[in-house]
Amino acid sequence: MSFSIIGTGSALPKTIQTNDDLTEYFETSNEWIVSRTGIEARHICIEESILDIALEASLNALDNAHINPKELDLIICPTLGGDTVTPSLACLIQEKLEATCPSFDLNAACSGFIYGLDLADAYFCRNREMKILVVAVDAMSKLVDWKDRSTAVLFGDGAGAAILSNGDDLKAIRLTSVGNQHALCIPWAKGNHPLLKDQETPSPYLLMDGDEVYRFAVAAICNDLKTVVKQAGITFEDLDFIIPHQANLRIIKSAAKRLKIPMEKFALQINSCGNTSAASIPLVLDEMNRQGKLKPGMRIALSAFGGGLTTGACVLEWSKKSF
Amino acid sequence: MVFEKVVEILRNYKEEPELEVSMDSTFEELELDSLDTVELVMEMEESFDTSIEMDTELKTIADVVGLIEKAIA
Repeated sequence: MSFSIIGTGSALPKTIQTNDDLTEYFETSNEWIVSRTGIEARHICIEESILDIALEASLNALDNAHINPKELDLIICPTLGGDTVTPSLACLIQEKLEATCPSFDLNAACSGFIYGLDLADAYFCRNREMKILVVAVDAMSKLVDWKDRSTAVLFGDGAGAAILSNGDDLKAIRLTSVGNQHALCIPWAKGNHPLLKDQETPSPYLLMDGDEVYRFAVAAICNDLKTVVKQAGITFEDLDFIIPHQANLRIIKSAAKRLKIPMEKFALQINSCGNTSAASIPLVLDEMNRQGKLKPGMRIALSAFGGGLTTGACVLEWSKKSF
Repeated sequence: MVFEKVVEILRNYKEEPELEVSMDSTFEELELDSLDTVELVMEMEESFDTSIEMDTELKTIADVVGLIEKAIA
C-alpha cells in the first residue's frame, strides 16, 4: 500500500544557543564542536512547552495541506515523550486542534518519523480514504545532562509534521530494531514505592557510547539506503535528494563516502538545529517543501537511526504540486 | 604485515602518501580525533574482513595493530 504527503509543517523554539553560548556551561569551543559534529547552533525550549512546538508544526502542516483538523482520521506522534507521561502528547495535540480522531505517541527515538510513516502505511491498507497527521516532536534539551559536554552539545529541540492522504508517494520502506541499552539510554524515574530499597539512583539523563553509535549509524545509513533503493527498483543516481537523520555531519559524510554518493544529494540542516531526534527528518522535509525544492516526480530517500537501537528508511516519489 | 596495512589505510585516509608513521605514533600527533579513530577502525574492519571490539581506549598505532592482530588471530 502507499500514501501521499499532502502537507508539511515544522516549528522550532525561539531560543537559539550557539556553540559559543555553551562555553558558559562547560569547557568547550566552537571549533571543537563544529569540527566533530558540523553543529553551529541549536534551538532550545525555554519559553515554549513541547506541546507548543508540536501544535505549531501540526497547524503549519494542516494549513499546507489545506485541510481542517476535523478531517483528520488519526494522529501519530513519534516522540521520546511530551510534557507529561500521560496524557500522551498526541492526545494533547488532538485537544488543541479540536480534532476528534484516535491519537497516540510512538517511541522509536530518532527513527520515530519513519516508524510513524510505516504505521500510517498499514492504516492505509485498511482504509484508503484517510487523512493522517504524523507529527514528530522531541525536546532533547530536557533529556541530556547539561553537565556532560560530550553529549549536551549534540542536541536541539524541534517538531516536524506531515499530513498523509490517499496516494502513491511511498515506494519502499524498511524498519529494523536491535535491542541495546548500552549504546544509547535515557533511564526512567524509578518510583518511590516503600519497598524499594535506597539504591544509588542512576543519572536520569541521556547516556551514550559515542563510538559505538557512530559505527552503528554509518552502517545503518549504508545498509538501509541500499535496501530501500533496491526495493523501489531504482539506483542512487535516480534519487534527487537524501534526507538523513541529522545526528552528526561526520556520520553523514562517512556514509556518503562509503556509498559513493555525492554530498550534494544529502539535504542538511544540522548546522543550525543539531540533532532534534525524531523531528530532524520532517524538519528538513518541511524546509525543502517551503523553499520550493521539491517538485512532482522527484525521488527522495529518508534514512534514520537512533536509540533502541532502531533504524528506518524509505523512498518517496514526491507528488505535491507546489507549496 | 598488519602494521604496513594500517599505515597504508592511514595514508589514504589522510590523503598524505608520505605520512610518517611508527608504532609509537599517537593519534594526537597524527592530528586524528576520536571520530577519525572510529572511522579508521571501520576501514580496517573492512580491509582485514574482521570485527574489531573498541572496548579499550586507542591512543597509539601500536594499540590499533594489537587489536587487529587479536581480532584476526
